[in-house]
Amino acid sequence: MAKITYHTHDNKTQTIDVQNGLTVMEGAIQNDIPGIDADCGGGMACATCHVYVKEEWLDKLPAKEDGEEDMLDMAFEPKNNSRLSCQLIVSDELDGLEVNIPSKQG
Amino acid sequence: MNKTDVLIIGAGPTGLFCAHQLGIIGLSCEIVDNLDKAGGQCIELYPDKPIYDIPAVPECTGEELTNNLLKQIKPFNVKFHLNERVEQLKKNQNRWHVKTSGGVEFDVAAIVIAGGVGSFEPRKFSVKECEKFEGNSLFYSIKDKSIFKDRTISIFGGGDSALDWAIELSNSSKVNLIHRRDGFSGAEASVQKVKDLNNQGKLNLFTKYQIDSVSGDKKIESIKIKHDEGEIKEIKCDYVLGFFGLIMQLGPILDWGLNINKKTIEVNTENFETNINGIFAIGDICSYPGKLKLILSGFHEGALAARGCFKYAKPDEKLRFEFTTTSKAAQERLGIKK
Repeated sequence: MAKITYHTHDNKTQTIDVQNGLTVMEGAIQNDIPGIDADCGGGMACATCHVYVKEEWLDKLPAKEDGEEDMLDMAFEPKNNSRLSCQLIVSDELDGLEVNIPSKQG
Repeated sequence: MNKTDVLIIGAGPTGLFCAHQLGIIGLSCEIVDNLDKAGGQCIELYPDKPIYDIPAVPECTGEELTNNLLKQIKPFNVKFHLNERVEQLKKNQNRWHVKTSGGVEFDVAAIVIAGGVGSFEPRKFSVKECEKFEGNSLFYSIKDKSIFKDRTISIFGGGDSALDWAIELSNSSKVNLIHRRDGFSGAEASVQKVKDLNNQGKLNLFTKYQIDSVSGDKKIESIKIKHDEGEIKEIKCDYVLGFFGLIMQLGPILDWGLNINKKTIEVNTENFETNINGIFAIGDICSYPGKLKLILSGFHEGALAARGCFKYAKPDEKLRFEFTTTSKAAQERLGIKK
């Protein structure tokens, strides 16, 4: 279990206990956090679960797999701290992770 | 006006198989899709990726699945209307009139929405002023490349579309290719070609830059691009092209009065009819308790929705359940010669 904090673009913050093994995307979807569409359902085939990771977490997260950066090219306003939340699998190590959800996904 | 029994919206695997099920029970149908080819997400998002959970097919790609489904519905001569998005819906006594973005009209007894997550549309620039120039000096696809001759074009993106057009247009135009990072998702050979052209001065490559603003009066006159580290460059150009792939949008269906919850349409699980009689929804776009977004679920939903359409298409007839192994009628419809 890890506490994941989601900051939505309307400046609301929600901290959710997400079970290990789920993704940061699923944590948002299951808890009705707005702004993460996840159109392809976690297949790294769209870029609508795009989030900005709080800077201090960037190096602590597992590295991007092939394809994630390619998909991020398609994301709405990608930045250096952009990740696809479907690729962030929750574990104890991610306890305290904070992500910002962009104003829109496309 | 195209008159048919059922209009299927969406040519993904679910829509294609529903056409098969309609054909088997003797109903005619036509299919509309906003993409330029059949296959939906299978063909647009993962044509080469293997799928392992189609019953009795241990492994196949999205493209193979699509081709097999097209082969399976071949006996029914289903008419496709590609590059069309459904827009208007009107009830006309017991039938529905539907009109598409391109003005194609349908007169049908029932509608099956197999629209996945929505119709595919190009992803656009996030900069607001871009809208003003869209269609006159800013494009997300190219219809007539001759307008670019001897002009300056700024192309954004790092995939195959951006690279291919940058290479092609560099023959007869001044091309700037702008991408947000050093890496590209396009084919390695194209990346090399772009780098060679850049070295030869036949194309200007800007990496780690993104769009910052566009300006011009009626048409684009210049753009500003911003480096990762904050530096801003101004580039004079006549046209801007953006190739950021496609995004799925539900579009005008949202205004049809359907019960929509989180971009999905609520249906009953008896025949996948929506809250509006005669309109069905199947595949990723429908929701009900226990819904699984699997292709195999879409097949099941399509089989039931097809039978649900029967009473609207042939109100005076009774549908008898039959197997394709033994039904003479079904075999005739499939064109099987004994």
